[in-house]
Amino acid sequence: MALSQKTKEAFLGPLNVNNPVLVQILGICSALAVTVQLKPALVMGISVTIIVAMSNVVVSLIRNSIPTRIRIIIQLVVVAALVTIVSEILKAFAYDVAMQLSVYLGLIITNCILMGRLEAFAMTNNALDSLMDGLGNGFGYAWILVVVAFVRELFGSGKLLGFQIIPDSWYVANGGFYENCGMMLMPAMALILVGCIIWGHRSINDKEGK
Amino acid sequence: MKMNTESNAYTIVYAIIMVVIVAVLLAVVNQGLKARQEANARLDQQKQMLVALNQDFSEGDPAALYESLVRDTLLRDGDKANIIRFEVDGATKYILRLHGQGLWGGIGGYMALNDDKNTVFGINFNHEGETPGLGGEIVTEKFRSQFFGKHIKDAQGNLRSIAVLKEGKTAEEGQERVDAWAGATITSTGVSDMLATNLQEYSTFLMESNACCKEQTTCGQCRCENCNDNCKDCCKEGCDKCCQNGCKDCTCCNGGQKKCCQSNEKCCKQEQVNEKED
Repeated sequence: MALSQKTKEAFLGPLNVNNPVLVQILGICSALAVTVQLKPALVMGISVTIIVAMSNVVVSLIRNSIPTRIRIIIQLVVVAALVTIVSEILKAFAYDVAMQLSVYLGLIITNCILMGRLEAFAMTNNALDSLMDGLGNGFGYAWILVVVAFVRELFGSGKLLGFQIIPDSWYVANGGFYENCGMMLMPAMALILVGCIIWGHRSINDKEGK
Repeated sequence: MKMNTESNAYTIVYAIIMVVIVAVLLAVVNQGLKARQEANARLDQQKQMLVALNQDFSEGDPAALYESLVRDTLLRDGDKANIIRFEVDGATKYILRLHGQGLWGGIGGYMALNDDKNTVFGINFNHEGETPGLGGEIVTEKFRSQFFGKHIKDAQGNLRSIAVLKEGKTAEEGQERVDAWAGATITSTGVSDMLATNLQEYSTFLMESNACCKEQTTCGQCRCENCNDNCKDCCKEGCDKCCQNGCKDCTCCNGGQKKCCQSNEKCCKQEQVNEKED
């Protein structure tokens, strides 16, 4: 099946030139909260991707019937219902993951990317494009989270996904020269890292004249 | 005919239908998955208790292991929650449930005590949403293992709990301490407060003498409410009879001082009969 140019653009755009975090500056709050370690960042990225894609499709399917005046409420109801259902299913079939996500799962509802994409894209586009847009934005969000979490966990705790990466013998406590950067564990550092990524991203894309 | 999707009537009807559909959907999902969720939650609790008991359940069935260790549940007057009794390698262990407040939300855990109701055998912590890498580290072996072998009472037998303090700080006289997690001051203080307040809630149980159980002959201080096997075994004389007669809430009797509860006359009668026979 050949996808139209628009469908491809809906998926690929948010990964780079129209990235939800870097360009639309959405979802920053959760990017600060869940990026201390790689694992919650990965799980959060995947969950947001699934929820954005699903709610985009649902809203896109009913978009022509939604009364304009209550459209935001309707979008919110769709998202909240989906998040609740996903969390119930996780609790029943993947209890450990549900516990790991705990508050983050609820946080998805408040993620600005969701409302942003529903309002800006799903309300005016067909279901297939909306699905691709949801997936694209979800992945676009996820990879930023993963990059930030990678740096923060590696330099903040010397680990990746919970495994020790920096050798124990390097640490000052064991007679070495190295110490973890406590600053990396603070939420402010996520903001600084996101800022650096935006800086790099802008300077590259500006050169290409985009 | 194209419907006017902007009219008031349409908006209201749409909202109502939407809410009903979503409500029904959520109710169905909730009811359909409830049994599984509860089973999961129960299994999760059991796993946490097994961790507190230093049991390895990575191989084999945690539920079966739990069943093989658990004995019974005790509830003393004045204690707020159940105390669960386990038998690990022939020794009695008590598990107390803990709950408190961390930085971002609730924290909790299970503390396993030895038979002396003083030495910590093991402990497990959980939290709702403490910062990963900081407060979240209270669940790690590194933090938990500090508690093993610590005492919650001082040399005089007073309940003192265990303080979680910054490295270098010393606890009050007679109180034992563990190191707080660096960078997680509020969570660590939360753990410290949780231990202090929760252990206080179990004080009836913790301060209760189990001399009766050790001496096996006299039943002086033995209280046998709940009438569990433990109580029956340990108090051969009065308590045992008392329990067999279905007494649930009696303070057992010693010499001339009888103090039976009003709710259970059977117990008191039985004791009186015994006395006459003497």
